[in-house]
Amino acid sequence: MGSFSLHASCLAQPKLPWSNDCSQNLNSLKLPALDALEPYMSKRLMETHWGEHHHGYVEGLNKQLEKNDILYGYTLDELVKVTYNNGNPLPEFNNAAQVWNHDFFWESMQPGGGGMPELGLLQQIEKDFGSFTNFKEKFIEAALSLFGSGWVWLVLKRREKRLEVVKTSNAVNPIVWDDIPLISLDTWEHAYYQDYKNDRGKYVNAFMNHLVSWHVATVRIIRAEAFVNLGEPKIPVA
Amino acid sequence: MALRALLTRKTLASAPRLGGAAAAASFRGLQTSSLPDLPYDYGALQPAISGEIMQLHHQKHHQAYVTNYNKALEQLHDAMGKGDAPAVVKLQSAIKFNGGGHVNHSIFWKNLAPIQEGGGEPPKGSLGWAIDDHFQSLDALVQKMNAEGAALQGSGWVWLGVDKELKKLVVETTSNQDPLVTKGPSLIPLIGIDVWEHAYYLQYKNVRPDYLKNIWKVINWKYASEVYEKECP
Repeated sequence: MGSFSLHASCLAQPKLPWSNDCSQNLNSLKLPALDALEPYMSKRLMETHWGEHHHGYVEGLNKQLEKNDILYGYTLDELVKVTYNNGNPLPEFNNAAQVWNHDFFWESMQPGGGGMPELGLLQQIEKDFGSFTNFKEKFIEAALSLFGSGWVWLVLKRREKRLEVVKTSNAVNPIVWDDIPLISLDTWEHAYYQDYKNDRGKYVNAFMNHLVSWHVATVRIIRAEAFVNLGEPKIPVA
Repeated sequence: MALRALLTRKTLASAPRLGGAAAAASFRGLQTSSLPDLPYDYGALQPAISGEIMQLHHQKHHQAYVTNYNKALEQLHDAMGKGDAPAVVKLQSAIKFNGGGHVNHSIFWKNLAPIQEGGGEPPKGSLGWAIDDHFQSLDALVQKMNAEGAALQGSGWVWLGVDKELKKLVVETTSNQDPLVTKGPSLIPLIGIDVWEHAYYLQYKNVRPDYLKNIWKVINWKYASEVYEKECP
């Protein structure tokens, strides 16, 4: 996950969760299954998106870190927050955040995804959005109304202790505000143009119906509950 | 309603239309905009810009900005009629985005020309001299615009503009569909280069610098000179 502690300079190649080799070792660079998300996200698109864009951000970041002693020692999460600099981003922010964002995005999807979440996550969605359908509509609407390049997130807001749909521009992501994202959708044109051309709506629907991984979202909210109290504890009376 | 009088062609009209496009449709007294025709075929700018890109860019992207701009205007008209101030304010971002998209792309189509019709021919006359004065050479200007265009994060435009008050040339970038005027009220666009990914992705993929290098082969300096001479006679 994007929140693993990885020394930023160790990122030789961007991670991809679905590989043909189960022993995912960063040092043995086996080519992941770039066709795993066909036909909703083509191998050709993944070759460019993962192999060029994401890879470019990793290389760019590593080059910047070579020159900067202070930033060199941070984990990727820390790097993103520090370089965001409270809204006045440092030059390294764009690369660091986009590395983080794309790691998180690949992990938010799976072959055979889509459908609905279950149990606790579904309950929380129903609590905060009224119904799963309502959430889905809100998420799709956010993706379609995002002007320019950016990302759409299902986020657990730490202070408000509730789920929300959030749009961010360019490289910004919710961890800079200390919130906990559960899933993300890349709405930069490069994320869908080769497969869907200008039809962002078709892309978003393919994501919601066939790609989004509610399993991963569930694992993420389980982890989040170690940091955020959702719901009230059951205190017995007498 | 007094409001109708405010909504004149002057305040709401899009950039002047090209070719044989019909006059903008009128809807309940509201002057809406329409997609301008291109003065050349979709394939005429090849190989610098592919016909596929030109067609999608014009028929899908620009058309979408026009459609959504008209829709937002209609909603604005209603909100103003009802005196619904929050709604009026809320609509501003949709108008800025879609209206900006329409304005910017209308300029963009005029900034391009097939090679047979002078695309790529360097500027002569007063614009040529002003470029040499200000940037030392056309080459230096191109390098600067390419550098700024490549460095732009996300979506936006890179512009060569003229400050009509100071009579100076400027190179600027704007993000998303913000028109050049958002960077300075007296800035007039001469050349705008779209660096949204949709402008080049199908042909150049992530290699935006290659797109920028090649687009100069079809840049219509004649149009830029006309605009410049009008502002700086």
